[in-house]
Amino acid sequence: MPADTAAASADGRQGSLPLAGEPDIVQCRQTVRRLTQDLRFSLVDQTKMVTAASELSRNTVVYGGGGLMRWEVLSDGLRMGLRLHFEDQGPGIPDIEQALTDGWTSGKGMGMGLSGSRRLVNEFDIHSVVGQGTRVSITRWK
Amino acid sequence: MERIPILQMGRTLLVTIQVDMQDRTAMALQDDLSTRIEQTGATGVLIDISALEMVDSFIGRMLASISGIAQVLDATTVVVGMRPAVAITLVELGLSLPGVRTALDVEKGMALLAQAARGAVRAR
Repeated sequence: MPADTAAASADGRQGSLPLAGEPDIVQCRQTVRRLTQDLRFSLVDQTKMVTAASELSRNTVVYGGGGLMRWEVLSDGLRMGLRLHFEDQGPGIPDIEQALTDGWTSGKGMGMGLSGSRRLVNEFDIHSVVGQGTRVSITRWK
Repeated sequence: MERIPILQMGRTLLVTIQVDMQDRTAMALQDDLSTRIEQTGATGVLIDISALEMVDSFIGRMLASISGIAQVLDATTVVVGMRPAVAITLVELGLSLPGVRTALDVEKGMALLAQAARGAVRAR
């Protein structure tokens, strides 16, 4: 899939969105809102997923130097879910434990981005290699 | 860049945020409000966020900064109309907006500002 434009598979179950600059953070929120509405998430669950996406897409843009959000619709029996991956090829996070601590910030935010968004979702996974980049994956089930 | 309009009504500045703001729009609002408080001598700032479908840590920080700056400039800020789903999410995210006064709607927010202004006059 090309990284420079938004794309979705024909069945609408997966897609991607470039996160190059600040306007893409707004775009990301709107995409995740639409996806959660399509999955008929409750209003509170929609808001949690959109807010987590806003925090993580900002990290990708500001700290990762830009990257990509990939999304996939999941089904597990009757359960439906949405998984989002935020990927960048930026500097990486040297100390993930520290970065996941409430109030820890590299200077520009309130330090709630990573730790806070972890509390808003059902599954949270982070993989980061210094000098290579970071991938944060979040999942919320309906 | 998009800018959020600021209306003046007596000694109160009114802001209604009706768009999904970019970060720089939020920063510009903070700067614009600070300037307008100083120019107008406003004693109250009312920020209506009833149209906002989400408040993340960036917007939360902006609301807290505006309240802090306004306070130093001798004005009271009240944030009104936060949606319940937004409030639930904000608290779970870890933000409780310390120092930010809130009211359920514009009417209650205006009453709160009027009360604060009366209190200030008595104190003088």
